[in-house]
Amino acid sequence: MNMKVRQMGMTVRGLDYANISILLTDEEILVQHTTRDFVEAEVLPVITKHHRQATFPHELVSEMAALGFLGSNLPAQYGCANLNSVAHGLLCQELERGDSAVRSFVSVQTSLAMYPIYALGSEEQKRKWLPAMARGEVIGCFGLTEPDVGSNPQAIKTRATKTERGWRLSGTKMWITNGSIADIAIVWAKDDGDIIRGFIIEKGWDGFSTTDMHGKFSLRASVTSELIFDEVHVPEQSQLPKAEGLAGPLQCLNQARYGIAWGSIGAAMACYEAALKYAGERIQFGKPIASFQLTQEKLVWMLSEITKAQLLALQLGRLKDRELLRHQLVSLAKRNNVWMARECARLSREIHGANGIIDDYPVMRHLMNLESVYTYEGTHEMHTLIMGEDITGISAFE
Amino acid sequence: MNICVLLKQVPDQGSVFTIDSDETWVQEDNLVFTTNESDNYALEEALLMKASKGGEVVVCTLGPDRASQTLKDALAKGADRALFLRDDAFDRLDSLGAARAFAAALRDDSFDLILCGLQADDTGEGQLGPMLAEQLSLPHVTLVVQTELLDGCIKIKQELEGGWFRHLEADLPALLTIQSGINKPRYASLKGIMAMKRKEIKQVSAADLSLTTGDLTPHQILKRLYVPAKTKETQFLEGSPDEVVAQLVEKLANEAKVL
Repeated sequence: MNMKVRQMGMTVRGLDYANISILLTDEEILVQHTTRDFVEAEVLPVITKHHRQATFPHELVSEMAALGFLGSNLPAQYGCANLNSVAHGLLCQELERGDSAVRSFVSVQTSLAMYPIYALGSEEQKRKWLPAMARGEVIGCFGLTEPDVGSNPQAIKTRATKTERGWRLSGTKMWITNGSIADIAIVWAKDDGDIIRGFIIEKGWDGFSTTDMHGKFSLRASVTSELIFDEVHVPEQSQLPKAEGLAGPLQCLNQARYGIAWGSIGAAMACYEAALKYAGERIQFGKPIASFQLTQEKLVWMLSEITKAQLLALQLGRLKDRELLRHQLVSLAKRNNVWMARECARLSREIHGANGIIDDYPVMRHLMNLESVYTYEGTHEMHTLIMGEDITGISAFE
Repeated sequence: MNICVLLKQVPDQGSVFTIDSDETWVQEDNLVFTTNESDNYALEEALLMKASKGGEVVVCTLGPDRASQTLKDALAKGADRALFLRDDAFDRLDSLGAARAFAAALRDDSFDLILCGLQADDTGEGQLGPMLAEQLSLPHVTLVVQTELLDGCIKIKQELEGGWFRHLEADLPALLTIQSGINKPRYASLKGIMAMKRKEIKQVSAADLSLTTGDLTPHQILKRLYVPAKTKETQFLEGSPDEVVAQLVEKLANEAKVL
């Protein structure tokens, strides 16, 4: 049972074993309510079909934009809702309780396409792109990873050569969420001095093409593409003026990782809730399987880890809003919470028995999605090494 | 077009209910509270009218401190300001007492329309709207499933029994009670939520409204709340068709005494 203590304030919907509601503001809780209601009414009824057919739920974009989900934590002057970090985190949590693909779409748009323009772009670029992106009229993607370059982005091969009228871009990007549905791509490339620079590349420019990646067993309701740049001419005004070096893309990834630390809790909640329900209904040996100690231990493990992850994510958000959040702590939370969610999905699948592999239940979908989440935006292993370097002072990877 | 929407905070219907020790209400400790379902439709109808005709939407509730949540939710959805009738003297009012309190609070405002939900999901009486209309001498229509604002009046489609409808026209100001399903209630947008904290929730007490103990004394008292005792039981007759028929005839003749 989800026990609620008596209190005068608002409470979040759903799982809140440690009564975290009393640590949240009314605005934060209302954001959770809106997103929860939206996911229940609009996402869950269609997501199994999209997952099965490997199609992106385009029909959700306009309403998500109208509700303010895109660029939600950016300032009102650019048409955004100006949420604080905790409210933005709760938004990610609730979206991923629906599906990691939906949260990924919003995260990429918000943290990897809008945020770089906001943090690294010119005022003109911000005014040109951010309001339209908040309205969902312009979709963005983020191109850093390449066929041969993943965890070591310093080694990217995409080149930006200075020309008289701007830049000439050549190279290939891979594993790009939203790639072929994006109107603009934030692309990272090395200049002639081997300095990483960022560019806003628009769909339809000569030499820029995309191909979708097929055969995915994970994030099937998300578009994943390859971006190909064949001597693409990039005007000077499409370069992000404040991006110089690897710090640019890493700053953006840190935003996205923060969202994942929350989002993964949502996936874990969905798996836990499904397991608890199933364990109460499934009768074996004349009683619900919830009455067996082995099942109870699994449920308790899941709830304990989810509760710990909620508290960690909340503390992260509070630190972020006070500008005290170190990126190593984001690594800690991304690493822990996605691992926790993946373990919850596995335990939930076990509790569901054979039914766990059928898409009548959300569990296998989340489990497959979380395999990607475990690896993207900094692999679990890289976050381990980032923390390892932080506490020992010794880098194990450089 | 200035519209007031009455809202009530009620226990979520998915809650597990336990009757309290004095058997006059349910234990509230473990309940999750939400806005009464049909009130959400009333609010949406008001917000749609405001979008087409302009004006102001004021939301109003009566209840304990926690009921302010319902007002904040409505402000986040787009209501302009809120009125919160909050006083220990308002605890456990009957419908007439509540109607008197709302009438005292709303009498001096010149609302063109007052909208309520059809009935509260907890008490299920459906009396507050008509009683308030009488207190304020306003025309009222219940069970409204469609509205169309005209100059100085409103066209209404009212649901009757047995799949019948009635079309009416009421002069403004008027009070309508709204049936669920009349529209699609919106979600609070994130911008709406952020704007909520800048909006006013005005709290008023019984004294502020010059209400006396006599005004609020219930005429209707809930004596006892209980789960209905199980008095009927289905019996399954077993055996061959002939045996079952014999048993059935015996029961109809001797137990039911209808043969």
